Amino acid sequence: MADPAAVLKPLSPFAGLLPSTVGNITLSGVHAGHLTLLAPLRGKDLAAALKSAHGMALPAAGRSTGKDGARAIWFGHAHILLMGPVPDPSLAAHAAVTDISDGWAVARLEGAGAADVLARLVPIDLRAGHFKRGHTARTELAHMHASITRLGETAFQIMVFRSMARTMSHDLVTAMEGVAARA
Amino acid sequence: MRLGKGGQIDRSQRIGFSFDGHRYEGFAGDTLASALLAHDIRLVARSFKYHRPRGVLTAGSEEPNALVTVGRGGTQEPNIRATVLELSEGLAARSQNAWPSLEMDLLAMNDLAAPFLAAGFYYKTFMWPRAFWERVYEPLIRRAAGLGALSGQSNTDRYERAFAYCDLLVIGAGPAGLMAAQVAARSGADVILCDEDTRTGGRLNAETFEVDGKPGSDWAALVTAELAAMPNVRIMTRTTVTGAYDQGTFAALEKLAPEVAARPNTPREAFWRIVARRAVLAAGALERPVAFQNNDRPGVMMAGSVRAYVNRWAVSPGRAVTVFGNHDGAHRTAADLMAAGVHVAALIDSRPDAVTDLDVPFYKGAQVCDAQGRKGLESISIATTSGIEKMRTDCLAMSGGWNPTVHLTCHMNGRPTWNADLASFVPTPDAVPGLVAAGACNGTMSTHGCLAEGARIAAAALGDLGFKVPDMALPQAEDAPYAIAPLWAVPGKGRAWLDFQNDVTVKDIKQAAIENFRSVEHMKRYTTQGMATDQGKNSNVAALAVLADATGRGIPETGTTTFRPPYSPVSIAAMGAGAQGAGFAPQRFTTSHAASVAAGAPVVEAGLWYRPSYFPRKGETTWRQSCDREVTMVRNAVGICDVSTLGKIDIKGPGAGALLDFVYTNMFSTLPVGRVRYGLMLREDGHVMDDGTTARLGPDHFVMTTTTAAAGAVMRHLEFVHQGLRPDLDVSQCSVTEHWAQFAVAGPKSRDLLNGLLDAPVDDARLPFMACGDVAVQGIAARLFRISFSGEQAYEIAIPARYGDSLFRLLIARAEALGGGGYGMEALNVLRIEKGFLTHAEMDGRTTAFDLGLERMISARKDCIGKAAAARPGLVDPDRPQLVGIKPIGAVKQLTAGAHLFEKDAEVTRENSQGHVTSVGFSPTLGVFLGLAFLKQGRARHGEVVRLVDHLRGIETLCEVSDPVFFDPDGGRARG
Repeated sequence: MADPAAVLKPLSPFAGLLPSTVGNITLSGVHAGHLTLLAPLRGKDLAAALKSAHGMALPAAGRSTGKDGARAIWFGHAHILLMGPVPDPSLAAHAAVTDISDGWAVARLEGAGAADVLARLVPIDLRAGHFKRGHTARTELAHMHASITRLGETAFQIMVFRSMARTMSHDLVTAMEGVAARA
Repeated sequence: MRLGKGGQIDRSQRIGFSFDGHRYEGFAGDTLASALLAHDIRLVARSFKYHRPRGVLTAGSEEPNALVTVGRGGTQEPNIRATVLELSEGLAARSQNAWPSLEMDLLAMNDLAAPFLAAGFYYKTFMWPRAFWERVYEPLIRRAAGLGALSGQSNTDRYERAFAYCDLLVIGAGPAGLMAAQVAARSGADVILCDEDTRTGGRLNAETFEVDGKPGSDWAALVTAELAAMPNVRIMTRTTVTGAYDQGTFAALEKLAPEVAARPNTPREAFWRIVARRAVLAAGALERPVAFQNNDRPGVMMAGSVRAYVNRWAVSPGRAVTVFGNHDGAHRTAADLMAAGVHVAALIDSRPDAVTDLDVPFYKGAQVCDAQGRKGLESISIATTSGIEKMRTDCLAMSGGWNPTVHLTCHMNGRPTWNADLASFVPTPDAVPGLVAAGACNGTMSTHGCLAEGARIAAAALGDLGFKVPDMALPQAEDAPYAIAPLWAVPGKGRAWLDFQNDVTVKDIKQAAIENFRSVEHMKRYTTQGMATDQGKNSNVAALAVLADATGRGIPETGTTTFRPPYSPVSIAAMGAGAQGAGFAPQRFTTSHAASVAAGAPVVEAGLWYRPSYFPRKGETTWRQSCDREVTMVRNAVGICDVSTLGKIDIKGPGAGALLDFVYTNMFSTLPVGRVRYGLMLREDGHVMDDGTTARLGPDHFVMTTTTAAAGAVMRHLEFVHQGLRPDLDVSQCSVTEHWAQFAVAGPKSRDLLNGLLDAPVDDARLPFMACGDVAVQGIAARLFRISFSGEQAYEIAIPARYGDSLFRLLIARAEALGGGGYGMEALNVLRIEKGFLTHAEMDGRTTAFDLGLERMISARKDCIGKAAAARPGLVDPDRPQLVGIKPIGAVKQLTAGAHLFEKDAEVTRENSQGHVTSVGFSPTLGVFLGLAFLKQGRARHGEVVRLVDHLRGIETLCEVSDPVFFDPDGGRARG
C-alpha cells in the first residue's frame, strides 16, 4: 500500500459534528469500544456467563449494570447491549452474539440542565427521582429510535443509529441553545 | 391616563414602542393595552364584520377587540391580543382589518348596511350561481370581513416543543392556585405551577385586597419566592395550559419573555406536554359584559379590567368613569377609582335593592341602555324608573357577573353544571379524571374561599398520592358574599352586542331562534357566536341565556356549546416546532454520502435515506447522459453502488431456519452454509410484502436483506411473528443494517477489481453465483456476497461502517482505473428493469406472487405466512393483471410510469383499462425504452400490441407486450 489514499481509515459517526458546548452543557461523541448485542438462548445461563466473563450482572428491563468502559445495558425485549469489552467467546454458548459496534452513534450529554435538554426531544419521564443513575430506556428522540441511559446526576448517554448522527447532533444542539438561552 | 403613583410597573424603566407608526413610551411591566390606555388611545381596532371602531374591553387573554399584528415578513404574527402583549423596546404593533387606516376605515360602510348583514345573511344571499361560490363570493367576503393576515412567507422564528412530568399540576397562580401549590410543595410533591400571566398572583394583582395583612400582590410574591426556591417546584409563568387530554396529559403554550426571545438562537414559544398524576384547575373566572345598545363603543370596558388597569398598571381608562353592574363586586371599581383619585361620574346597579356607602351619584334598579360616541365613548343613556337620563362619561366600566373558567373541565366531553345562585356554569366534578377545580373557576368567589379551597383540594389530591400533608394555617383574607341578580341584555331597539369579536348581537341570536336554529350548537354556527380567537370567552353564557329566553327554555336545558382545546390560540409553529423544512423527519446518511456529494452527485430521498441519483462527468449536461453512461459502464466494465440502505437483519439461534421457512414462501432451512437464496415474503392477507436475499453464514446464523423501503416493516414483522405466532422458536433477530457499509461491485470486471483489493483473491470455484463468505481487506474482516441486482457478474462487499467512507473512495478509484465508476439510483433502476427485477413499484401492496409470476416460489412442502390467503380464488384469478414487459413499437418511443394500457383499437375509457405501467427507463443496452407493467391476463398476451395512454402527460404510445426479462434471459452473465 504505497498510496496512502488506498489505506482504509476508520471514521467516527460524529466526525466533523461534535463535540459541541452551549452554555454549561456539552455534547460529545463517545468511543464506546465494542458494542455487542446479546440475546439469551433458551435453557442457558447468560447471567452467570456474563458475570464470570465480564463481572457484570445481567441488567433487568430498564436498567444497566457495570461502569464506564464496561457496561451491560438493557436494549429492548430480550436484548442486552454489552458496551466496551471485546465479548468473551464463552458468551456464545449462552446467547446469540452479534457485533453492532459500527451501527450506533454513541454520545454523552453532560452539564447542569442536561435533563432539560432531553426533555425537549424525549417524551419519557427523565426526572432524577424516576430515571436514576443506571436507568436506561429505549425511546424516541425527535422521531429517532434511541437508547438513553443516565450516567450521573447531570450526564446521559444517548445512542441513535449511525446514519442519524447528524440529525441527532443538530436537534440536541438546538435544544441546548433553547435551554441555555433561558439560563 | 397614567396615574401619578402606584401600580406594579417600573417607572424607572421607560420602554419605547409604536402603534400604527406613532411612537410612544410606556414602562416595564406594561402591556400594549395598558400603555395605549395610558396615552388615552381608545380606538385600537375595527370589528370583524361591520368594521365598527373598537377599544380595549378586557385586561386578559379573553380580549375580543384589541387584536394587533406584530412583526413583518417571516416573523409577522397577526391577532395578538394587546392585553397580553408585553411591552418591549422597539415593539411595533399595527392595527388590522381596516382600510386605508384605523381612523378612516372605508369598509365601515358595512355598518350602514347592517340591517342586511344580520345572522344568516351570507347563507341566504350567496347561494347562486354556484360557480360564484369560490371565485367571487369567497374572495369578496374574505376581503371585507376578517382578522389579521399572515405574510405568506415561511416563519423564520424558532419554536420549541418539550415534555414535563409532575405529581401535581396547578393551573393558574391566583390565590387558589398559589395556595394549592404551596401545600403540595411543602408536602414534597413535584409541582408544576402554570400561569398565563407574566407574574403570579392572578386577581390579587388587580385588586386592593389584603392577604395576611399585606397587599394581595405582596403575599403572592412572598409565596412565589418560597416556591421558586424549592427544588421540587417549577413555576411556569407566561404559560397557558391550553388543553386537557387522556391520562393526565395537558398541553401548555409557553411564551418566552420578549427580552429572552430576542437572544440569538432562542425560541419564541415552547409547546409543552405536561403529564401530571393529579391536577388542580385554578383558572379563575372571566367577567361577562351586559348587552345594551352600542355597548361596543371604545371606552366601554369590563369593570374588573378597569380595576386591573388602575391597580396594577396605574392607568385610568377615563377621566370621568361610570360603573354599571349587577353585583356588589362592581362597586369595588368605583371605590378603587375614587381611591386612585379618578372622578367617578355615577354608579349604576341594576338591582333595585342595591346599596352603597360610596360618595357617588348612585342609581339602583337602573340600567345603561345606550352609549354614544362613535370612535370613543362620550355619553351614556341610563334607563331609570323615572325615564331615560343622559350622562357624559368617557369610560363605562360594566359587569354582568363572572363566568368560572370551566373550559379545561370540558375538554374530554364533559358538560358544566348550571348554578342558579351564581347565575353561571360551574365545573362538573370528575369531568376530567384526576383534575379538580378550586377557587373562582369552581364558583368560589371570595379571596378567603379561594385560599381555603386551593389548600383543601391540593391536600386531598396529595393524600390520594400518598404524600403526608403538613398542617398549614390559612392566611387571612376578605370573605365578602357574591350577591348577583342576573342581567343579560338591556331591552331596547338598537343593536346590543353579545359577541364583540364576531359582531353577534342580541337580535342575531333571536333571529336564529326564529329561524329554528334553536339548539345552542346550531345557533353558534348560524350566527358565528363564540368562534375565532376568543372562542366566545366573553359571550358564550350571555348568548345562550338570550337563546334560552328566545326559545322559552331555561339556561340549563339550553346548555352550552362544546369547549374544545386550545383554551387560547396556539400557533401551529409551536406545535410543529423543529419540524419545518428538513426538520420534518430525521435524515439518514450513508457512509459514502460525503464522497458522493463531493463527486457532484445530486442526492435523492429514499425514505429517510439520501442516495446519489447519478454521478455526472465532464461534458454531461443531462441526467440521462450520466445514467446511460453508468448503465453501459456496468454492462461493459464495472460499477460501484452503495447498497447499505437495504435492510440487514441478523437471525440467530437453533430456530432460525424454521423462522425463515415460516416468513418466506420458499425454503431456507435447507440452504447450505455459505450460500445465498432469493426469498419472497407475503403478508398474512396473501399479498407480497417484500423480497430480498438471505445468506446462511453458519448453521444457526442467517443474514436477511430487505428492500430499503421495507427494512423497518420487515423487522417489525419478524418480531411480531416470533413473539406472537412462533414463540416456540429459540431464535433472535436484530438489525445490523447500520453496522455494515455495503457496496455493489457489478460488471464483467468486478472480480478483477476485488482481487486487487482483497487480502486473498476469490474465484468462481470458491465463490460461485449466490455464494457468500468472509473476506478481509487490509486485514479488516468483511463479508462478500456473490449476488446481482444488475444481471451482471456482481458482488456486494460489506465492511464495518467506520470504514465505509474509505472503502467507497477506494472502490471508486479502482473502478475508474478499470474504465468504470460509481453509479446512482437512476442507473440502478435501468439495470434492474432490463432484467425484470422487482422493486416496490411492482410490489405495491396490492400484488400477489401470482401477479408477479412468482407463484411457484410458494413452497408446496411447508406452510408459510400468507400461503392460505394467497390461494383464495380471487388472488389467483387468471383475469388479474399480471407482470409483463412493454416496448414501444410505433412512432412514439416514450413510455411513462403510471400510464394505463388499453387494447390497441379499444376506446380509451376508464372501463376499458387493461392495466398500468409501474416502472420505465431508457435502456442504452437495447437502445429503447423499456417498461414493466401489469396487464390483464398478461402472461398469455406476449407479442400483442397494446396502447399506452398517459392522460396526465398527454402521451400515447403503441407497445408490444413481452416477458418482463428483456436482457440476458438465461442469466448467464450473472453466473459469470
